[in-house]
Amino acid sequence: MNWHATITLFGSVAIIFLTGLIASRNQSSDKSFIQDYYLGGRSLGGFVLAMTMTATYGSASSFIGGPGVAYNQGLGWVLLSVTQVATGYFTLMILGKKFAIITKRYNAVTMVDFLKERYQSKTVVVLSSISIVIFLFSAMAAQWIGGGRLIESLTGLSYHSALFIFVITVLIYVTFGGFRAVTLTDAIQGSIMFIGTLVLLIAVIIAGGGVPAIINELNNINPNLITPFGADGTLTPAYVSSYWVLVGVGVVALPQIAVRAMSYKNTRSFHRALTIGTIVVGVIMLNMHIIGAFARSILPGIEIGDKVMPEIALHVLPAWVAGIVLAAPLAAIMSTVDSLLLLVSSTIVKDIYINYINPQVNRKKVQKISMGITAILGIIVFLIAVNPPDLIIWLNLFAIGGLEAAFIWPIVLGLYWEKGNRFGALSSMLVGILSYVLLHSFYPDPFGMHVVVTSIVLSLIAYIGGSLIMKEQSL
Amino acid sequence: MLTQHKDYRIKIANREALIGIGLVLFNFIWWFGFAYGLGSGDIAGYDYIFGFPAWFFYSCIVGVLIMAVLVFIIVKKFFVEVPFDDEELEKR
Repeated sequence: MNWHATITLFGSVAIIFLTGLIASRNQSSDKSFIQDYYLGGRSLGGFVLAMTMTATYGSASSFIGGPGVAYNQGLGWVLLSVTQVATGYFTLMILGKKFAIITKRYNAVTMVDFLKERYQSKTVVVLSSISIVIFLFSAMAAQWIGGGRLIESLTGLSYHSALFIFVITVLIYVTFGGFRAVTLTDAIQGSIMFIGTLVLLIAVIIAGGGVPAIINELNNINPNLITPFGADGTLTPAYVSSYWVLVGVGVVALPQIAVRAMSYKNTRSFHRALTIGTIVVGVIMLNMHIIGAFARSILPGIEIGDKVMPEIALHVLPAWVAGIVLAAPLAAIMSTVDSLLLLVSSTIVKDIYINYINPQVNRKKVQKISMGITAILGIIVFLIAVNPPDLIIWLNLFAIGGLEAAFIWPIVLGLYWEKGNRFGALSSMLVGILSYVLLHSFYPDPFGMHVVVTSIVLSLIAYIGGSLIMKEQSL
Repeated sequence: MLTQHKDYRIKIANREALIGIGLVLFNFIWWFGFAYGLGSGDIAGYDYIFGFPAWFFYSCIVGVLIMAVLVFIIVKKFFVEVPFDDEELEKR
């Protein structure tokens, strides 16, 4: 067991956790509980907004999985990963002021609220709630597992105790703190990620004897590692470019991101978030993946991709610094998990319970139910993560792309195209999800591109077709 | 009165969304052009800048920095502050 790393890792996590609790104490009660718990009373400043976007988006895949792939594929995978810099500005600019103005007018708290008001259709609400709950629930379980594995490999605790510690921490502060606590902790976590990856990258470059030496070494191992085409030349320009859709512009449609684009205080914070977000996302993604690619020249022969980050950190840094730096990926996982947890909970409480089961519920009861649901959800996910069933792992494969294919047009065209209506939205969601799942299973990578591109094109056709053919008047 | 004000905000919002699309297109062309323009040749013929292969340096490292600078400038120059509260709107 690595005591120094363990102590600093948990120390950092404890500081984050305390902030969450303190923030929850400061929650004002002049706004409605729902607005406050799920949206932080629409009061985010620029820095917090940028950081919470980054931290929510930069999940286990970008911090543990991504560098592992870069380790195997070389600079070509770094090229693929920097497409994510677009999320720093594109998401906010597209949803931007319009989303904030309109959701405020609708008094919308969740993405489903927006869809409900925009399309005035119960079917749209139910279908979108169900897809959010199913897809994000499985995405969350996968993050849970990633968090457990990270603690396990760094501290030497067993997977189950690692998972247990992880889950308890997240659950307590999400349950009691709500959105404001989550975004505040996100801001700290985002900062840790930013500084942590910078420190680690510098340490890696020093350990490798400078950039030219590292590149030279990679060239000796396999010259393809320093080309844009991946270790065995299989990363084609078309395939890599399609990631602009999957992890770049498509991110607009992820509910956990969209909800943040309606939570800021004023346009000044929005403008600051754009500037900060772009540089932070860009630097973090670039650093993380360069670290992964460079690690190959320093520690060749790591077989499990997920272990690249912890092992390289422990190798090039003093153990206690490694603990703090690795708090960054852990923080990333935690912040993804906490926002997903909150989102699934808000979908159930706000979009289903209050909309259809009990609209006359009072504030006290909503408060109890919200916290209760959040806690219960967390416990269920924990039980799943202890012994993950195949279904969850299968569903998680579809989570990001599936949600994008389902929601991108109902949101974007719902905002910018007045003729779009509920028929368009419904057919777009159905076509998006079905084509994504079917293509993914039976005909992967059509046209040499990631499945998500084809599904998004099909769902666009469905949205426009559905809206034009079934005019609202014909009802 | 109120609708008129709302119209002016929506117009600004639409323009800024178009700027977002323009930026992402520029970003993509820069990224694609340097990566595959400089990186497709023979590895023996690669140029290196600060030790990085030139395609990587321009496409990824400079690409990220240039986007950060561009976003900063564009937000400062072209993005307009608008009020979100209806009361604040009425006062204008």
